[in-house]
Amino acid sequence: MSTVADAHTSEHSLGQNHDHHGPAKGWTRWLFTTNHKDIGTMYLIFSFGMFLLGGTMAMVIRAELFQPGLQIVQPEFFNQITTMHGLIMVFGAVMPAFVGLANWMLPLMIGAPDMALPRMNNWSFWLLPCSFLILVSTLFMDGGGPNFGWTFYAPLSTTYGPPSTTYFIFALHIAGASSIMGAINVISTILNMRAPGMTLMKMPLFVWTWLITAFLLLAVMPVLAGVLTMMLMDINFGTSFFDASGGGDPVLFQHIFWFFGHPEVYIMILPAFGAISHIVPAFSRKPLFGHASMVYATCAIALLSFLVWAHHMFTVGIPVAGQLFFMYATLLIAVPTGVKVFNWVATMFRGSMTFEAPMLFAIAFIILFTVGGFSGLMLAIAPADFQYHDTYFVVAHFHYVLVPGAIFGIFASAYFWLPKWTGYMYDETLAKTHFWLSFVGMNLAFFPMHFLGLAGMPRRIPDYALQFADFNMVSSIGAFLFGATQLLFLFIVVKCARGGGEPAAANPWDGAEGLEWTVPSPAPYHTFSTPPEVR
Amino acid sequence: MSEYQKYYVPDQSKWPIIATFGLGTTLFGAATIMVDGGQGGSTSSGWMIFTVGLLLMAYMIFGWFGSVVRESRAGLHSPQMDRSFRWGMSWFIFSEIMFFAAFFGALFYARVFAVPWLGGEGDRGSSNMLWEGFQATWPLINTPDPSLYPAPKGIIGPWGLPLINTILLVSSSFTITVAHHALKAGSRKKLKLWLGATIVLALAFVGFQAEEYMHAYQELNLTLQSGIYGSTFFMLTGFHGAHVILGTIMLTVMLIRISKGHFSADNHFGFEAAAWYWHFVDVVWLMLFVFVYVI
Repeated sequence: MSTVADAHTSEHSLGQNHDHHGPAKGWTRWLFTTNHKDIGTMYLIFSFGMFLLGGTMAMVIRAELFQPGLQIVQPEFFNQITTMHGLIMVFGAVMPAFVGLANWMLPLMIGAPDMALPRMNNWSFWLLPCSFLILVSTLFMDGGGPNFGWTFYAPLSTTYGPPSTTYFIFALHIAGASSIMGAINVISTILNMRAPGMTLMKMPLFVWTWLITAFLLLAVMPVLAGVLTMMLMDINFGTSFFDASGGGDPVLFQHIFWFFGHPEVYIMILPAFGAISHIVPAFSRKPLFGHASMVYATCAIALLSFLVWAHHMFTVGIPVAGQLFFMYATLLIAVPTGVKVFNWVATMFRGSMTFEAPMLFAIAFIILFTVGGFSGLMLAIAPADFQYHDTYFVVAHFHYVLVPGAIFGIFASAYFWLPKWTGYMYDETLAKTHFWLSFVGMNLAFFPMHFLGLAGMPRRIPDYALQFADFNMVSSIGAFLFGATQLLFLFIVVKCARGGGEPAAANPWDGAEGLEWTVPSPAPYHTFSTPPEVR
Repeated sequence: MSEYQKYYVPDQSKWPIIATFGLGTTLFGAATIMVDGGQGGSTSSGWMIFTVGLLLMAYMIFGWFGSVVRESRAGLHSPQMDRSFRWGMSWFIFSEIMFFAAFFGALFYARVFAVPWLGGEGDRGSSNMLWEGFQATWPLINTPDPSLYPAPKGIIGPWGLPLINTILLVSSSFTITVAHHALKAGSRKKLKLWLGATIVLALAFVGFQAEEYMHAYQELNLTLQSGIYGSTFFMLTGFHGAHVILGTIMLTVMLIRISKGHFSADNHFGFEAAAWYWHFVDVVWLMLFVFVYVI
């Protein structure tokens, strides 16, 4: 083995031989780091902060909707807070959380010393605080922040948007650049940094799902950048992409946006699929059922995700042939998704199961994500969607796939890998309390929204007719319970990170398999400087 | 495992955080210029922020690329590292393709659906009642509401400057390939000559494109504001032009590095990345020539 680290021409004369030293001292460790574990930690902390911020906004929304009539906020502010809640949760909480998990776990799972492009990795992270600083600052600008919903449909966002829309556009451009660079890093790492012997089909599923996710990100984040740029030009430079009086079309906005937006929802769920595919076998003490079919199902979902975007637009007036195509293509996605659910259930079948916190979240994920999938099937049927469109039924649907889907997937992953990250076991009793309160709170908050939507309550409004009052009150109580419970999660994680638990073994779970469990807990600052052999 | 060369993981680096401040400041400044200007206010503070951001970005680009070049020349880059760069550049170009795809998508949608519908055709032909009597044509010479979007007097025909530009760019793809072969054969003089020729062709392209824009704005009244035809025309060719300029800068940097004696016959990824980028820019132009100018 040749050593290369002693070259003096590098800019980093401050660091000695990088193999043998731990983290740098002081706060510059975090600013200048190139270490995938440091960067993963920063992503996770950032995303949890954003989760609390976006969650606080959700609490304001639910407080306003607790009773009919205007109680707490003005409609203008309600629109801004609804928009911000969506943007922060999608771009600030869920996506960075999965990138954080990827940073921490991918190199450990494939036996790589770090991510492929470590400095760009740090840039990807630091762009996010920058982006969200600009985004949140729009709330304090003249005319307020974005008030057109997280989907920022033209002409609401172009002709009728507040002046701060231009800042919003650039904030999302920065977040997009961060995602693109993050995805380039993930995909290069997976394709190039695997330990000898780890063929593609031997790759763990979290790695597989992230490979597909990174591909989706690279395919659609530039399209988001494109539509944002068209908006920017329409607002500031007089183009007419989304203005029919110049020959453009507001519907064009929706087509381009949802060409990004639909793969985007899979970007937010595929890594969770991967993590669940590790957790379910670990606590069933059985290998995953149908590893190869899981891989193919993930690929199928990703490919189909490019062919279904207009199911978000059935009511805007697209030709009937288009409605039928997008309806059938959407229904087709149920097939690979069903394969996945079947495989998870078959993995548990006759396993010797135990129900630690990661497994509880994983099982809730499987059941409740499936509920969200079923309401998705209802929405996919074009004639029925004419009834459901823009009602609380849609809100219920996507919160069922995002909260017990993406968010529970993240909680499950966090509990599963916390011992590896911190070197200590979390408090199991508190974690189970966190699970049950979240489970009850979340169902209480979102299940009644199905009924509200079917009864015709429109989404994104601060006030409603009297007949919706009871369900809204129940929903708000559930939301407050769910929101408050997340402070318990913060407490559990802080306690665990400060060493307030049993020291964890290298593999604290009986049934967990993979390279990440062969390194000590906590994982040393540098792992796999020499790649392991995979049989 | 004796073949295995350790993967180079750089120590701490200040460049990412400088890049973050640079990009954030630049874009915040740009937004401030647009918003203040749009409200008729003074744009001087915006320009100041924007300039500071640009300077930071320039400092970062020189510093960051400079350190990567130094590391490469110090032999820190293993073959595996080289593959990381190759994957990284390939996927970056893929993301660029998808960026252009969004604008091509807008062009196709406007031509095939939006404009004919406004003219009364097809499933949504009822939208013709918005501007009754609007005749759908492509190129769109008359906009539905000329008071908002004044129509152009004419459009740029494909067989003048655009054809010359096509010939220029396609030839530049050949010259860069010849330069690449020269680099692999170790003939530095030939390499410099052909790379220099590529840069000259690129600059000629940019010059002609600027002339075409001036012609469009000053004589044809074809502007960003002249409806969807002007919007798609200038956004597609404009973004392409910006990429040509970026590619030209890359090629120029490569020429400077080559004259300093960088690169060897079997280790010259920096050059190859620039060449890949150049071919990408060329292919986008061919698509533009066909779909924007000819058809």
